[in-house]
This record gives sequence, C-alpha cells and structure tokens, in this order.
Amino acid sequence: MKKKIKIKLNGKLKAINYNSTLFNIVQKNKIPLTKVAIELNQEIVDKKKLKSINLKNNDKIEIVHFIGGG
Amino acid sequence: MKKDKFIISKKNFKSRLIVGTGKYKSMQECAKAINLSGAEIVTVAVRRVNITDKKKPLLMDYIDPKKITYLPNTAGCFNSKEALRTLRLAREIGGWKLVKLEVLGDKKNLFPEMIETLKSTEILTKEGFKVMVYCNDDPLMAKRLENAGACAIMPLAAPIGSGLGIINEINIQIIRKQTKLPLIIDAGLGQASDAAVAMELGCDGVLVNTAIAKAKKPFQMALAFKNAVIAGRQSYLSGRIKKTLYGNPSSPKSGII
Repeated sequence: MKKKIKIKLNGKLKAINYNSTLFNIVQKNKIPLTKVAIELNQEIVDKKKLKSINLKNNDKIEIVHFIGGG
Repeated sequence: MKKDKFIISKKNFKSRLIVGTGKYKSMQECAKAINLSGAEIVTVAVRRVNITDKKKPLLMDYIDPKKITYLPNTAGCFNSKEALRTLRLAREIGGWKLVKLEVLGDKKNLFPEMIETLKSTEILTKEGFKVMVYCNDDPLMAKRLENAGACAIMPLAAPIGSGLGIINEINIQIIRKQTKLPLIIDAGLGQASDAAVAMELGCDGVLVNTAIAKAKKPFQMALAFKNAVIAGRQSYLSGRIKKTLYGNPSSPKSGII
C-alpha cells in the first residue's frame, strides 16, 4: 500500500499519496488554473511552478477564485 | 459640450455606475442586471473554490473580465492582514491591480475600520496596487487616505445594504470640495433617486449592489440606476438655481389682462 500524508485543502482534511505535487492536486480536482490563485501555507504559489512543489504532511492549501460580491 | 470624462487610475470609463455582483438569485440574473445597468466596472469577492461541487457556475463564465473591469474587494475582512492577503491573492488570479479595499470594524453596522484601512492603503499602494477605498464620510480621514495614495475615495452613504440613502450630505460636499480624486459613493443607497442625489452633490460615481440585486424587479432597477446616475450628473454639470424662501413667478408680470 502506498504511503499517505494528510493535507488540508480549502479547510478540508484530505489523505493524499506521499510524493504528490501541488500540480497533482490541481489536476485531480479539475481546477481551472487561469481562474484561481493558490496559497500553500499562507504563501502565494507561482502557478507555473506547481509541478516542482512536493507536498508535505500538514500542508495547508487554499485555492480561491472570484465570486459575486459587493 | 466639453467631454465629461470619468477616469480611474488613468483609465477612461463611460458609465459612472459601478455595480456589485453579490446577492442575486442566479449568475444569469446578475449578468443581465449588469448589462442593463451599463456598468463597466463590477465588484467581486475572493472566496474558496468549491472543491466538492465542481459543477457550480463560475462568475467568469457569465461576466467576461475582458469586457467588464473586475474590481476585487476585501469584503469580510476585519483587519489589515486579512485584507492584504485577499488582495494579493486577487492580483495573483490574473494581474488585478485596481482593487476595492474594505476593512470592516463591526459586524452589525459594517462600518469601516479606518485605522486598519489607512494602514492597508499605504502598504497596498507601495506594492503597486491602485486602491479604491471604502471609507466613512469623514473629510479628515478622506484626506489621509488621499495622502496615503488612494486612487479613489469611496465614502459610505449609509451602512452597507441598509438602503437609507445619503445620511450626511454636508460631509460628502466637504469631501468633494477638498479632493480631485474620483469620489464615489459606496454603500447604503436604496433607490435610484439616492444615486441622482449623490451625483448632484458632485460625486464622480456611485457603487450599488443590494439596491439593485434585492429590488423586486432587479432589471428595472438596474435601468433606473443607470438613468438616475446620468440624470444626476447632467443636473450637477448644469448648475442648479439658487434656493429662495418665497415664490418667483415663471410667467411675465407685465401685460396681465
């Protein structure tokens, strides 16, 4: 069995494969990259470098977009 | 007639009405109301992507940011740290530098927390943002925001979503006289005539959300606000007559039979 790590994605706890990259998460969740911004542990991530970012246990990812607001 | 320009951060806009995109029943309703309002700038909020429901409609699929200027806001932020984080993320989505800063101080009246707002304006301006600032109607604070580098001053008419109209016309007039920056009434308008009043006081524009989105007929209200802003601006530019206590007949007094 593959080793798993725990991360938080938009506030929700998720178990993902050890050695996953941020790109894997974005792909798996079908995130439209041109319409979002991504934070890893409160630091903004360069969307061009997602493949080179390996995730660690307890990482916190936030993916945000624009919604209706006043 | 001299061309009447509405310029924000060196960009020229035709419509002086800015509208919010919140509180509508659906994205379709929101998009249609915006279209009818003639607005070229819309405010948007930054929120988490819904990871569990991927079919949820996206704002960008209904309102094209290439045609309509998105103005990301910091609604829901209660301190400078949250507001800065939100706007840095907004910029990251696609290069948005023109932003609406809104740091709230109280959950009940939704008044702006001006110390945190001022602090955030200074930092954001240094980072290259063009900051349109939601603020209270205090001329002294408006001046400080201007000195801190704000690109537009946006005092409230009344608490957000209250629909009370302009509570303190005197303060708005004082702010108008003291600043050359775009002055935009943001929050608290309830009906189209409130927008006309704002424009007649010399404001450069108004920002409306709830009054349109929550009207019984949002499309009709969007049109009403569009017309009121145009009418109010024309009235302001026309130079109103002086008020007098007594009557002054409109027909000649001579030649009466």
